[in-house]
Amino acid sequence: MKIKIRETLRTVAEYLNRGKAPYFLSIGLTILGFVLVYLSPRSIPAFLVFAAAAGLPYFLSIKKSIKLALAVLVAIVLVPVLGARNIFYLEVIFQIAVFSALALGLNIVVGFSGLLNFGYMAFYAVGAYLWAFFGSQQPFLLHAIPGTAPIGTQFFMAADWFYLFIFLGVIVAAIVGLILGLPVLRVRGDYLAIITLGFGEIVRQLANNLDKPLNLTNGPQGITPIQRPTLPDGVIRFFNGIFEPLVGRPVTVNQFYNILFYLIALVVVIVAIVITYRLDDSKVGRAWTAIREDELAATAMGIPANKLKLGAFAVGASFAGAMGVLFAASRTFVSPESFTFLQSVGVLTMVILGGIGSIPGVIIGASVVIILNLQVLQSFSLFLSRLRQSDAYIPIINFYWRDLSNQLDPSKYQRLVFGIILILMMIYRPAGILPAARRKRELRVAKLEADSASVDNGNGGNGLPDVDKPAASPKEDNHA
Amino acid sequence: MRRLIKSAGLREILLPLGRMAVFVLGAGALMSVVMVVLALLCRGSGADKLLLSTQNVNIVFYTMANLPQVLIDGVTIGFVYAAIALGYTMVYGVLEFINFAHSEIFAIGAFAGVEFLIIMDKIGVLATSGTYGPYLYLTLALAIGMLAAGGIAVLIERTAYRPLRGAPRLVPLISAIGVSFALQDIIRLVESLTTGQFYRVIPTFGNFDDKILLFTIQTASAPIKVDIQVKSVIVIAAAVMMLVGLNYIVNATRIGKAIRSVAQDRDTAAIMGIGVNGVIAFTFLIGGALGGAAGVLYALKFTRIDPFVGFMPGMKAFTAAVVGGIGNLTGALLGGIILGMLESFAGAYLGTFTMGNFGSEYKDIIAFLILIIVIVFRPSGLLGEQISQKA
Amino acid sequence: MRNRYFLVVSALLLIGLLFVGCGAPDAKVIKIATQSPLSGGMSAVGTDIKNSVQLALEQLSGPLVAMGFKVELAAFDDQGNPDTGVANAKSIVSDPAILVIVGHYNSGVQIPSSEEYHAAGLANVSPANTNPKVTERGYLEVSRICGRDDVQGAVGAQFAMSKGIKSAYVLHDKTAYGQGIAEYFKRESEKLGIKVLGFAGTEEKANFDSILSPILASKPEAIYFGGMFDQAAVLFKQARQKGYMGMFLSDDGFDSSDAAKIGGAALLEGAGTYFSTVAGPAAAYPGTAKFQADFKAKFGGEPQPFAAQSYDSAAIALKAIENAAIAAGKKVPARADVAKAVRALKDFPGITGTFTFNAKGDLAKAKYFIIQVTSPDAAQWSQNKIDKILDIAPPQ
Repeated sequence: MKIKIRETLRTVAEYLNRGKAPYFLSIGLTILGFVLVYLSPRSIPAFLVFAAAAGLPYFLSIKKSIKLALAVLVAIVLVPVLGARNIFYLEVIFQIAVFSALALGLNIVVGFSGLLNFGYMAFYAVGAYLWAFFGSQQPFLLHAIPGTAPIGTQFFMAADWFYLFIFLGVIVAAIVGLILGLPVLRVRGDYLAIITLGFGEIVRQLANNLDKPLNLTNGPQGITPIQRPTLPDGVIRFFNGIFEPLVGRPVTVNQFYNILFYLIALVVVIVAIVITYRLDDSKVGRAWTAIREDELAATAMGIPANKLKLGAFAVGASFAGAMGVLFAASRTFVSPESFTFLQSVGVLTMVILGGIGSIPGVIIGASVVIILNLQVLQSFSLFLSRLRQSDAYIPIINFYWRDLSNQLDPSKYQRLVFGIILILMMIYRPAGILPAARRKRELRVAKLEADSASVDNGNGGNGLPDVDKPAASPKEDNHA
Repeated sequence: MRRLIKSAGLREILLPLGRMAVFVLGAGALMSVVMVVLALLCRGSGADKLLLSTQNVNIVFYTMANLPQVLIDGVTIGFVYAAIALGYTMVYGVLEFINFAHSEIFAIGAFAGVEFLIIMDKIGVLATSGTYGPYLYLTLALAIGMLAAGGIAVLIERTAYRPLRGAPRLVPLISAIGVSFALQDIIRLVESLTTGQFYRVIPTFGNFDDKILLFTIQTASAPIKVDIQVKSVIVIAAAVMMLVGLNYIVNATRIGKAIRSVAQDRDTAAIMGIGVNGVIAFTFLIGGALGGAAGVLYALKFTRIDPFVGFMPGMKAFTAAVVGGIGNLTGALLGGIILGMLESFAGAYLGTFTMGNFGSEYKDIIAFLILIIVIVFRPSGLLGEQISQKA
Repeated sequence: MRNRYFLVVSALLLIGLLFVGCGAPDAKVIKIATQSPLSGGMSAVGTDIKNSVQLALEQLSGPLVAMGFKVELAAFDDQGNPDTGVANAKSIVSDPAILVIVGHYNSGVQIPSSEEYHAAGLANVSPANTNPKVTERGYLEVSRICGRDDVQGAVGAQFAMSKGIKSAYVLHDKTAYGQGIAEYFKRESEKLGIKVLGFAGTEEKANFDSILSPILASKPEAIYFGGMFDQAAVLFKQARQKGYMGMFLSDDGFDSSDAAKIGGAALLEGAGTYFSTVAGPAAAYPGTAKFQADFKAKFGGEPQPFAAQSYDSAAIALKAIENAAIAAGKKVPARADVAKAVRALKDFPGITGTFTFNAKGDLAKAKYFIIQVTSPDAAQWSQNKIDKILDIAPPQ
C-alpha cells in the first residue's frame, strides 16, 4: 500500500516536472506565496508557502536563466517588500543567511576535509568582537570599569569603516583559523573534536574575562553601542519611492537597516556559495576529499595534506569572521553569551541535518533549524498557551486545556524536541535532507551491490564520509 | 603469600591501588614543587608586596600555608573527574565513539540518589538513623543512582546508538548530542512535575559535613589547621573502590575478557562466540553506573544539582580521559587527577600571583590549554591509546 | 530523487494553503508578551517570570475584561540568547495585538531586543534587568521596576560600612548582572575605606573549593557575592564548612527561600547573612505574602527571585493599557499611548512597592531593603528581619 502511494506520487511529480508545467508551477507558486504573505503578513503557513515556493525551482527542471531570474526577483524585490511589512520574516531570513554562511564554512572543514570542529563559533566571535571593539567607544574605555562609559565618549572610528572590516574580519578569522589549525596537523579524530571544543571554550572565556587588566571586551557586560554603517538619506527615499505603494507605508530608518543587513548577508552568502562550489570542483576540493577518505593514500599520491588541512580551517573560519562583523553591526551589541558551545553544536547540526558535504543541503539544514527554532516551535507554544487560556476542551474525554499542567508547556522543552529530531534523523536519514551529489552516486552503486544482501546495520552506504578513520596512529601522519 | 599476590585477582586489586598512590603523590608533589619554585621566583614582585600589605604575609609563606588544603581539594575533585572519565573511556574503548550523553547519565544518577535521600528525609528516617545509619542510606542512594544511571545508559544504547552501529563516526556522535539535549529536558520535565522546580538540594544528614583535623602547622602568626571534610573522604574512598572494582572486572573476569576482545576486534570477537551486543550493553551498564555513582558523590560534596549539572564536569572528565589517553582506564584515572590538581592550583593561586589581573576565572582556560599542549606533543594522551586491552 | 523533494514541497504547500485564512485577528484581543529563558539552565527564573505575569493577568485583568477586551498572555522563550531574543522581539513587534512586553531576564538579551521595541514604540517593562545601560539610553518605551546595579552595589557597601566591616572579598557570577553589582560594590567600598582583598568571578555552580582557598587565606570580614542565590548559597555553605565565620552579603538575586534550603544553618552562623533587595519581605508587605501564597497554590513551587517584580510589571502594564484604553474611548489603544501611559503612572501601588518612573524609566525613588536571614527553614524565609530600609533615587 505504502509503495503504491509512493509510486502514484512519483508519477504525479514526474508529470508536473515535464514540459512547461514546472515553469507555471514555480512562477505561479511564487506569486501565490507572495500574495498570501502580503495579505496576511502574520500567518506562518503563508510564510512557509512562500519559503517553499522560493526553494522549489531548485528541484524542477527549468532553464537556468529563468531559475536565476526567479531567484533575483525573490531575493531583491519580494523579500525586502515582505520584510518591510513584517520585519520578523526579514529577521528569520537574515538569520538563515547568517547561519547558512556559518554552516557553509563549517561544511568545508567537516564535510569536505573531514576534520571535526566543535569550536566553530570561536571564529564568529573573533569577527564579532573585531568590529565590536573598533566600531564602538571601547578603545577609549580600556581603563574604565566594565559597563561604564563617561558621557560624551566618542566612537573610535567612522561607521563606514564597517565595510572594510568585513574584509578584515575574513582575514583575522582566517589567521585565527590557521593558529587553531596548527595543532590540528598533529591530531585527528576525537582528539581533534576535543581540541576544537577546548579552543571554542577558551575564546568564549577570554571574551568573558578580558575586562581586566585592560578592558578589551567589557567582559560579561558586552560591548554596546556598536555602530552601523551610515545610510544616506537618498537611499531610503529611493526605496520608498519605488516600493512604498507595495509596502503600503513608508519604510523607517530602522526597518531599512534590517533590509540593508539582509542584503549584505545575502551578498556574503552568495560569495560563500560561489567560493564553496568553486573549491569543491577544484583541485583543492578533490584533494580535501582524498584526505577525508584516506589521508595516507592521499599523501602517498603527493597531496600536501598539512597545507590543505590548514587551508580548510582558514577558509572555513573566514566565512564566520565576515558574518561575525555583520552580526555585531546588526545587533549593535555583542556579549559572550552568543558564542557558547551549544551554538557551535547548533551549526554542526545544521550541516549534518542538511547533508554533510552538500552545499544546497547545508543551506536547507540552516533554514530548517532556524525556522523550526524561531517559528514553528515558538508558535506551537503560543498556540498551546492560547488554548490554555481559552475555554476549549477535548470533547470525548472532557479535558479542559486550561487544566493542562504548566510544566507541560512545550515552549519549555525546545531542546527535547530538537534532541529527538536529531536522533530520528540520524537513525532514519543519516546522510541529511539533501545528500551530497558525489555521495549520492556512490550510494546508487553501493545500493545496487547491496540490494540483494540484507544490510545488518540498516545504514549501509548512507552516504556520509567516514570522518577520521583511526587507521594510522596520529603520530604517523606527521612525517607521512 | 607470594602465590596469592601472583593470582590474577589480587594483582588486579593491588596494582591499580599502587598506581593511584603513585599518581596522586606524583602529581601532588610535582605541582607543589612547581608552585613553591614559582613563589620563590616571585619574591619581591608586585604580587608579593600586595600580599604583604593586605595580609601581612610574604608570597612563599602564603603558598606553603595554602598548599595542603589545595592538594586535598585537588585530589577530591580529581577522583570525581576520574570516575566520570571512566564512563567515557569505557565506551570509547569498546565502540570508539564519544558518548556525549554521558554527562546527562551522570545527572540522572545524581537525581535518582538525591530523590531517594529526599524521600527518606521526608519519612523522617534520615534524621533518626544514628551514627552508622547515614552511611547505610548513602550507600543505598549510591546503589540507586548507579542502577538508574546504568539502566538509562543501556536504554540509550539500545534505542539511539545500536541502530547506528557501523555507520560513519559522525552519525552516532550527533545522535549522542541529540540524546544529551533530550535527556536534559526530560530530567527537567520529570523533576518539575512534582514541585515546580527542577533542581534539588541534598538533605543534610549524618556527620558528612564534619571535619577531620589532619595536622596543625605552627607558624609565627597563627597555627594553620589542615583538615578534610568527612564527605571528601567518602568521595575519595568511594571513587577508589569503584576504580579498583572496574579494573578488576575488566582485567580479571570472564566478562572483562569479553569486553577487551570486543574492544580489540569486534568481528573476530563475534566469530569467537562472544555476544557482541550483550558485551556492549554491559559496557554501557558499567560506564553508566560509574557515572551515576559519581553523580551522587558530586551531589553529596557540592549539595545542589540541576539537569544541566553534568555539562561542566562531563566536559572536564572528557578532557581528563583524552589527556590520559582515551580508551585507557589507567589513563582516565591519571587524567582526572591531573585535571583536578590543575584546577585546584589555578583557582587558588592564579589570582594572587597575578595580583587579581588574571583570576581563578582562568582555571578552565588553563585546563584546556594544558589539554591542547598535551595532545599536540603526545597526540595519543599521556599513557597512549591502548583501548582497554590492558588497563 | 528530485521528484520526491518536489513532492514534499508540494505537500507543504497544500497544508499551507489549508492554514491560510485561519486565525483572523480578533479586534478586541489585547496581548501582553513575556520574554525570558524558558529552556536551558536559566529557565528556573525565566519560567517564574512568565508564570508571575500569567498570575497577574488572571488576577488583575478585570477592568479590561469589563471593557470588553480579551486579555491574553504571549510567552516567548528567549533562551537567554540575544539572537533568539531579537528574533522574538521582531515577532512580537509584528503582532499588533501585543501592547506591552514584560521581560527579559538577561540584560544581554534585553539591550539588543529593546532596540526593536523602541523602534516600534512598544512599551517594555523590565522586572529584572538591572544593568544601567538598560535605561541610560533614555528610551521612552523601556522602563524597569527593579533596582540598578550601580545603586544596589553601593547600597551593599554602605550597609557593610554601617556594620563596621573593614575588609571584604568580592565575588560575582560572571554575568552582566552579578558582575555589574559587584563592580559597584567594590567601587563604593574603596570610596568608603573598606579594604577590598580580592575581586573574582566564577561560572562554577557547585565546586567552590579552589576559589575559596585564597579567600579564606586573606581572612576578609565579609564576602560579597554579586549573582543569584543558586550559586551564592552553595558558596556560602561551602565557605562555612571550611571554617569561615565572617559576614555574607549578597544582592536581590539572593532573595529566594531556596537559598535557605541550600544554605541552611550555615547562613546564620558567624556574622550571619544579609542581602539587599527592592522587594519588601512578605511578612512586612501583605501584598507580597498573598502573591507568594497564590503563586505556590497555582504553580506548586516557591517563586524565584524577580517573580514578584514580574507580577508588578504585568500589573503596571495592565493599568497603563487600561488608562490608555479609557483615553482612547474603550478602543484598543495605540502602542505609543500605552508607552506614555506607563510613564504617566504616579505612585502605582504594587506588591513590591509604589512605583513612579523618572524620565529615563528608572523608578523615581526605589526602596532598598537590607534583609538578614534569620532562619535556616525555607518556610520561614518571609519572616526574615529587615535590617535597614534605604530610599534612594537613581543617578540622573
